[in-house]
Order: sequence, then structure tokens, then C-alpha cells
Amino acid sequence: MREVAVVGFTQSPSVRREPDRNEVEILIPVLQALREQTGLAGAECDFICSGSSDYLAGQSFAFVSGLDAVGAWPPVSESHVEMDGAWALYEAWVKIQMGYADTALAYGFGKPSMGDLPITLALQLDPYSVMPLWPDTISVAGLQARHCLERGLFTADEMAAVAVRDRGNAKTNPYAQVKGDFTVEGILAEPFLVNPLRKSDCAPISDGASAILLAAGDRATQICERPAWIRGFEHICEPMDFGVRDLGRSRGTEIAAEKAGVSSDKIDVAELSAPFTHQSILVERALGLPPETRINPSGGALAGNPLMAVGLSRIGECAARIFRGEADRAVAHATSGPCLQQNLVCVLEGR
Amino acid sequence: MGDERDMNTAERALTASHTLEYTYKRSLGPILSRFFTGLRDRKLFGIRRADGTVMVPPREYDPDTGQALDEMVELPGEGVVRSWSWVAQPRPQQPLDHPFAYALVQVDGSETPFLHVVDAGDEANMETGMRVRIRWAGETAGAITDFVFVPA
Repeated sequence: MREVAVVGFTQSPSVRREPDRNEVEILIPVLQALREQTGLAGAECDFICSGSSDYLAGQSFAFVSGLDAVGAWPPVSESHVEMDGAWALYEAWVKIQMGYADTALAYGFGKPSMGDLPITLALQLDPYSVMPLWPDTISVAGLQARHCLERGLFTADEMAAVAVRDRGNAKTNPYAQVKGDFTVEGILAEPFLVNPLRKSDCAPISDGASAILLAAGDRATQICERPAWIRGFEHICEPMDFGVRDLGRSRGTEIAAEKAGVSSDKIDVAELSAPFTHQSILVERALGLPPETRINPSGGALAGNPLMAVGLSRIGECAARIFRGEADRAVAHATSGPCLQQNLVCVLEGR
Repeated sequence: MGDERDMNTAERALTASHTLEYTYKRSLGPILSRFFTGLRDRKLFGIRRADGTVMVPPREYDPDTGQALDEMVELPGEGVVRSWSWVAQPRPQQPLDHPFAYALVQVDGSETPFLHVVDAGDEANMETGMRVRIRWAGETAGAITDFVFVPA
């Protein structure tokens, strides 16, 4: 395996609605900042890969216009995944492992405010037997939450405590959208949005973008004083039918964590992309985090949820803590699909 | 357009509504065709999996083993709620215009709960473990929306 590291990370603020800027205009300052941080962020990179969703943009091949933020001249080697940017980063990492690139840019962007996101996300469900019923994201997550609550896997108090922790942590994150001093009692007093989920159990809807630069070997240490070396990188997808999955655990995260080598050493920081409080608990358990691990110091997805960038940002937040010497070993998680259907785990280390 | 300096302000930005559509016709394939034809005829079918259990909706391949499946099994139109979410304020796209539940319903004779709708009238009528039965639409079209569940 080649030694590959995250050497740069930038992001836009997560905001409920970008009324004026389109996706390209959101991306341009993010990539400019990455260029200032690392010296390269466009056609200078050997490979470029983006993650976004045409369903959010409401038109086919919308991701092509995202390339305007990179600049497509001189001709570049690029690719796209209709997935969170974390999976774009995975493709870029594979490209470097294959020897086709030494540097790679991965970025993710989304502007879900253009539609009714919980309904837009119904379009990711089976198009014949599920989607025509238009189950919104919150209702679908609620089926999983109730299943866990009634099995006694955790309590509503424990779910609320996740939101309290993450939004408290987010107070120091200038890019976060929902932050402050919440309390378990205050959250439990909220009316149900979709019983059994309250508003504070749900990640916000956010417009935003983020970008990461990868580099191999010596290039990494030339660009970044303390690169965040990728020690493990895996993703696993579970079946689409809810009835054949165990909704009380994140089996995909468990397998990805094992393959990525999460458990082999201490973990200073973990950043989770779980968009609902109960899913955060399931992911924490699946990763097998030790009690001293600091979870979601940025606030995680519950504090800012720019769809298609939120998972990539989790990897970036871990890497940034390694750049600054605040962490030596970190675990980032990204997810996609209903009820944690697909999960990605990335282990990063400074040295 | 007026003064170009104003074009980026919220008041002057051009906006347009856009309807997201999927304007293609798709083939359902050998298994789902039989499933949806069954619904049109007011019959519910599952499929026998490699381990002998029955799953509904039927799939062409076993989700665990990938083995091709083809033994359709007719199921009774009733079962048990395994989990539910209460939609107090339905969205315009959703199948009922009054409060209802999305639920995971395990139909008798099958082992896999599947997502559907329970028209229970009131949230207080919902409970995990409750029995529900199919209520067919007045006219069936061979679609998953041909029925909803109601308390049995």
C-alpha cells in the first residue's frame, strides 16, 4: 500500500438556505481557501473527484457544472460519485493506490434547500415497492428509532444527550449551523416532529460544501507539516429491504470498522456523520469507541448537515485536528441511504 | 434588468420553480411484475428464500446469498406492526391527507416486515404488536399504493 495522507481541508459554513449563491458559487471560495492552504486545488491535481446529487439540484448531470469551480482547462482527469464526498475521497484514494496519481482533490457539495429534503430523499428508496408511498426521511428514521427504543437498546434521554453533546461542542465551530446550550429536559419537552423523533433528534437541513486534498508519500510532507495519514479506509453497504436488516445495530459500520483497523489502538477523536441522535448511538457502538475518545468535537452532522459534503467534512475535521497536533489518531464516519444503510470508516494518524 | 449592480441581491435575483420528474417507463422484471399483477388482482405475494422463509415484497435475488429466487407464495392480507412512525402532518405527496402511520408490517406467513401505511385514524390507536389487515383501493392499478393497512 502507498502512504497517502489528507494534507488540506476547507469547508463552507453550513446554512439553512443559500438564497443567492448556486453550488458553484458556494464551492469557489472553498477551493480558493484550499489553494491558499496547500498551494494546489484545481487542474494542478493529478486527479479530481466530486460527490453530489442530481436529485438535490433537480436536473440530470448537474455535477458537471460543479467543475466550473475547479476550472476544466487544461484538461483534467476527473470523476464523480452520486454519493457523499467521503466516497469521492475513497475513489481518489484508490486512484492514488493504483499509481495513477500522487495528488488528488475530492470535494462534495449540496444545496438541499431548493426542495423539500425529507421528501427528496424518498427518491433513494426502492422505486417500485417503497418510494411511491413517499416515506419521508424522518418517518423512515423513526421506524428505526422506535424499534431500538422498544427493544430497550437505549432511552429517549440517551438520544437527547447526544444532541446536547454535539450542539454544545459546536459552539466553538464557526462553520456549524445549530449550536448552543441545550438540555435533555428541554429536548424531551419538545413536541414530536414525527413520533418518536423530536426536532432536536434530527440533523438540520444545510446548504454547503467541503474539499480535501490528498497526497502520497513525500508530496504529503512537502505540502503539509503534519499530514493526517490514512491507515484504514473501508465502506460497506447493507441490503435495501428494511425487513432483512437488523435495525438495532449498524452492521455495515461494524464490518467497515473492523476492516479499517479501528480497534487496534487508542482513538483521540471520532467524527460521526449520523443524521439522527439514535443513529449516532448505533454508530458509536458499532465503532467500539473507548470511553476516552472525544466524539464529534465539531458538533458532527447534528450541528451542520450539508448533504453530500457532511461525511467528507467529518474526515476533514479529524484531519484538521491532526494537522494542529490536537490528535494523533482519529476515526471518521460517513453514511448514506435510509437507516444507516451504507457506511464508510476512515482511520487517520499523525506521526 | 435595471441596474446590474443590483443583480445579486435577493430582491433582484431571478428565481424559477422547477418540477423534478422521472419521465421514463420502466420494466418491472419477472418477479415484481407478478407481485404488482397480484396487487391489481387484490392478492399479496411474497417469495420463498434460500433458507425456506418468505419475504415480501419479493426480490429476484436472495438479499443474503444472491441466489436467484422464483417460488411465489400467496400471503393473507393481514399481519403485525413491528415498528411505526406517526405522521401528524402529511405532506402533499404522501398517500393519505389525514394523519397516519408509516409502519413496518410483518404479514402472516412471512418473516420480513416491510414498509407501508397504516390508516389508524388516531395516534392512540397505534401500538407495536397490533394486528392490521389490508384495505384495498376502490380501483387497483398494480401499484404499491393499491392498498393500505387498517387496524384488524
